Amino acid sequence: MIDAAKIAALGILTLLFAMAANWGTDLVYQVHALLLALLSAGLFIWSIRRAGGRDRYAIDGPRPETGYNDDVVRAGVIATTLWGVVGFLAGTYIAFQLAFPLLNWDLPWTSFGRLRPLHTSAVIFAFGGNALIATSFYIVQRTCAAPLWGGRNLAWFVFWGYQLFIVLAATGYVLGSTQSKEYAEPEWYVDLWLTIVWVAYLAIYLGTIVKRREPHIYVANWFFLAFIVTIAMLHVVNNIAIPVSIWSSQSVILFPGVQGAMVQWWYGHNAVGFFLTAGFLGMMYYFIPKQADRPVYSYKLSIIHFWALIFLYIWAGPHHLHYTALPDWAQVLGMVMSIILWMPSWGGMINGLMTLQGAWDKLRTDPVLRMLVVSVGFYGMATFEGPMMSIRSVNSLSHYTDWTIGHVHSGALGWNGMITFGALYYLVPRLWNRERLYSISLVSWHFWLATIGIVLYAASMWVTGIMEGLMWREVDAQGFLVNSFADTVAAKFPMYVVRALGGALFLTGALIMAYNLWKTAVGAGETASARPVPAE
Amino acid sequence: METYSTLRAFADSWALALIFLFFVGVVLWVFRPGSSKTYKDTANMIFRNEDKPKDKDDGR
Repeated sequence: MIDAAKIAALGILTLLFAMAANWGTDLVYQVHALLLALLSAGLFIWSIRRAGGRDRYAIDGPRPETGYNDDVVRAGVIATTLWGVVGFLAGTYIAFQLAFPLLNWDLPWTSFGRLRPLHTSAVIFAFGGNALIATSFYIVQRTCAAPLWGGRNLAWFVFWGYQLFIVLAATGYVLGSTQSKEYAEPEWYVDLWLTIVWVAYLAIYLGTIVKRREPHIYVANWFFLAFIVTIAMLHVVNNIAIPVSIWSSQSVILFPGVQGAMVQWWYGHNAVGFFLTAGFLGMMYYFIPKQADRPVYSYKLSIIHFWALIFLYIWAGPHHLHYTALPDWAQVLGMVMSIILWMPSWGGMINGLMTLQGAWDKLRTDPVLRMLVVSVGFYGMATFEGPMMSIRSVNSLSHYTDWTIGHVHSGALGWNGMITFGALYYLVPRLWNRERLYSISLVSWHFWLATIGIVLYAASMWVTGIMEGLMWREVDAQGFLVNSFADTVAAKFPMYVVRALGGALFLTGALIMAYNLWKTAVGAGETASARPVPAE
Repeated sequence: METYSTLRAFADSWALALIFLFFVGVVLWVFRPGSSKTYKDTANMIFRNEDKPKDKDDGR
């Protein structure tokens, strides 16, 4: 009966999407409607073949029987790795575009303006988002000693629903669809879909915590929960828009002028604060203690860290709007809160680093732990640089220059990238029931390629950013500006090449990781006799 | 007063005080007597239940 209803619903859905493709008033809408029609048609056929309860496509593999729902975590690990490579490739490509504009090919689909949101969304939402969903599902089950709430299907809905969001966003960017909000470019129907997926994610997470079989909620879950709840709030408020028509991909944003700018950067900065910081701190509080095999340095500090971080981060957004039409008091508020934020950030960093107290020797032999620790180091560096750049007088030099891009990347590549790599190296042998990683020396190669790549990236952006800021404000004795904008572009060329090479090194490291993880998962290099057989 | 001024006055007085007091409360709560023992157990939670869920719900 349920099978019949499902098949009928998918059939109707296919028809509706086909009609939408016909009535769509613009290309992006038509392409997306067609894509969704094909997808529902595919699901329609798949449901017919599976009707009657037979699981024809059960995957057999070396999966440990844990009683936890790890299938979706395994899928998340694969998705994180693949989207990571795609996102880094896109980033490296657009870095070369800035040095060599010929690479735009004079085509709209390959222009920097369309590939740039493709890169940012691929690394933040596809790579980072999948890493967060996968690790949060892994961690919440083990720290609550309970399987995921809502059963297998709800978890799979979150995973595949999130991938669909990514595909709709990415294809939209290439075809020119955007609502012109940075890090929130997708149009209204993609936003609505993400809202549905996110509510399901929140339900699973909260349900698992409510059904926990341990008395306490481990601190990592606090951070993950703050991430999920806040992102839901930010996403809904920032994307309030009125569609031009339900047959159109275009919409009108509700907030006008400076209010719109403030809402956008309230969203934008908290996307950094809660997506790229709180969520990844959840990863830090689990994977560093596990890999170092000792509990977190101070659990008391971790609680104070949590409350201080979430209370302060939410106010820091206005520092993106210094010297604009935003009222002065709001700019100063953003600046002051950003500077105070330095304290919880470094409290968290110290907590992560000091977890290694008495186990520092492990850094010599364990490149995975080294990766996790370096990521916390980059976190400390980026959260020192950020408050400094939010000071209005510093910002008057740094804003609109490449210094900002360098700052973002030392945080994103160093902190988010490295801690995710560490988590992937931790998870794959456990999830695929392997004794160890395929190659430890390849992890070392990845570590050094990534680190040198980040150093090249950050250093070249400091040089070019400060140079360009100084060139913009340089005036001669009569008070005329000395440099034209094109002068700064010409002066930046060598640093742009160095930055692109740094990106290429980082991408190479990620490719080595993908190879190493693949070999680990399929069990290459493991001898059958090396696997212990439990005595009965 | 217009809505903007009312909300702004509320935000930088009562709301600020409440959030700050909540935070002070959290810090005091963290350092309550006997918390070290509880937190030691909680911090070591990640080393349990690695391979399978708990059979019995002895959570609360």
